[in-house]
Amino acid sequence: MSAAVSLAPASSSPRPSPTPGYWGMVGRRLRRDPVTVIFCILMLAIILSAIFAPLLAPFDPYKESIILRLKPFGFRGHLLGTDELGRDILARILYGGQTSLLMGVVPVIVAGLVGGTLGVVAGYAGGWVGTLIMRVMDVFYAFPSVLLAVAISGAMGGGMLNGMIALALVFIPAVCRVAETATTQVRNLDFVEAARATGAGHLMIIRHHLLGNVLAPVLVYASSLVSVSILLASGLSFLGLGVRPPIPDWGLMLSTLRQAIYVQPWVCAVPGAAIFITSMCFNLVSDGLRSAMDVRIK
Amino acid sequence: MARTILWRLIYALPIGFGVSLVCFMLVYLAPGDPLQTVLPPDANAEMIEIVKRAYGFDKPLPVQFVNWLWRAAHGDFGLSVATRRPVSLEVGGALINTLELAIFAVPISFVIGAGMGTIAGCVQPTRLGRAIDRLVTGTAVMGVSVPNYWLGLVMVIVFAVELSWLPASGMGSNGSDNFSAFHPDDLRYLVLPVITLAMVPVGIIARTTRAAVLEVRSQDFVTTLRAKGLNEWAVIRHVLKNAAPGMLAVMGLQFGYLMGGSILVEPVFAWPGSGTLLGRAIVNRDVPVLQGAILCLSLIFVATNLVVDLLQAAIDPRVRRA
Repeated sequence: MSAAVSLAPASSSPRPSPTPGYWGMVGRRLRRDPVTVIFCILMLAIILSAIFAPLLAPFDPYKESIILRLKPFGFRGHLLGTDELGRDILARILYGGQTSLLMGVVPVIVAGLVGGTLGVVAGYAGGWVGTLIMRVMDVFYAFPSVLLAVAISGAMGGGMLNGMIALALVFIPAVCRVAETATTQVRNLDFVEAARATGAGHLMIIRHHLLGNVLAPVLVYASSLVSVSILLASGLSFLGLGVRPPIPDWGLMLSTLRQAIYVQPWVCAVPGAAIFITSMCFNLVSDGLRSAMDVRIK
Repeated sequence: MARTILWRLIYALPIGFGVSLVCFMLVYLAPGDPLQTVLPPDANAEMIEIVKRAYGFDKPLPVQFVNWLWRAAHGDFGLSVATRRPVSLEVGGALINTLELAIFAVPISFVIGAGMGTIAGCVQPTRLGRAIDRLVTGTAVMGVSVPNYWLGLVMVIVFAVELSWLPASGMGSNGSDNFSAFHPDDLRYLVLPVITLAMVPVGIIARTTRAAVLEVRSQDFVTTLRAKGLNEWAVIRHVLKNAAPGMLAVMGLQFGYLMGGSILVEPVFAWPGSGTLLGRAIVNRDVPVLQGAILCLSLIFVATNLVVDLLQAAIDPRVRRA
């Protein structure tokens, strides 16, 4: 029993720290990688500007004006122009960041929890339970992700909540696979066997010995899903399946402004640029952190 | 080899079955009575009776599923709620238009992507080599980050609105039924949607190709080839042959991406394919059309993955043994 107790604290920390200077090494690597640092700052700026949109927005994002419809950049203080109902685009971009970031993060968290749990159960239990879970996941994996998201939210009738459910369902199989692979790799190692021999129960083994080894790959994978989620969510809104008007959302703005490309072509492209830049930030930061935190690269 | 083909087919069957089951359940995901979901809002009593009998909503779910699958296998997906035409006609016509885009977009992105990746993997790490390397990585990151429908919109703004070089939308004056890619007037309508669809996967294909080429180049047999005195072109030929299976796997996935991606790109160009059809079905809450289109597209994706698996087994004996 004493062996199990002394094993527990060593492996219960969520990230592997092989040397005392682990975070020092991560920091040193990041300093040599200016791209990641720059995009990390940009990403934080986007998140903060979405959170503090009420303070930053120069106009009310819902205030319509018949005489101010579809004005160009910089018209009477409207820095990014106005949309088809005369609302300020900059204000709507700032507020729209809230919905877009929410749709990017919430489905990933839900999928991480559900998919991660299913994957650990499938990997740890093995046998017919594992096969059943993984074969069901295979079916959902067989759909192209955009198609599955459109199918589920289309059948459920759109809306922000249904969109989030659809996106979470799209990500669960992928997260589940990552968690299952990590679990099966660790399950048969000697230290798990030792814990079992000293009388640790299933929950004890999963909590103290497996979770620490599974969490890192799942977190790394989930962080790369955030940008996919932002892209898919705005795609759903673009098709009329996500956020409902008049709530500001980048995908929805793009789909309504599309009608006006002959009036103000470049104003119409602004919301898409916001999606592009945000998604690229999340992508590059996730890539950069992954390679900076990888202990196998010297 | 025959055994491999048989096994892959047997493995693909339950997947196809599961995909159909998910599509079948879409009607039950919709809020409210499933009967209301598949009926036009102004259906009369006679029509309600016909649809009720055709779908068998009074029977248990497994029986309903088998009936539905049987009818779907015969090309009968029910009637569109919005147009009252058979779903099979609507989906069939739209799928052909989508495939027309894919036929052009897939080879373009594969050739450019694989070409860029090979060059990036083969150049020496000089100043030029590092620049090419950075170009490939940058294109890949942009490719996975860009919303393809926005890219399409920007293309329309630049080439149709600002420059007036190419038409912004549609399939040309002859209509979608008489469309021919060999007709120069019609071909102009293909250019923007095809380029939009092809641009996104280029970076990803290039990045994977480069990684595969670099991996093979670091193996011992390449040193042996050089030691035997082969020239650089012959070495590259050997390297590419060994990198091919990995490249093939990515290309299969990207084909599925193109099919899925066209859902969002087609509405931008009002291209009357499956994406525009799905968009219309969503606006009209036309679940039978949604169901039929999703089933066809995902079965095509499953079939493509099967073909890629078989091709991999055909060119790589190691895959066959696994």
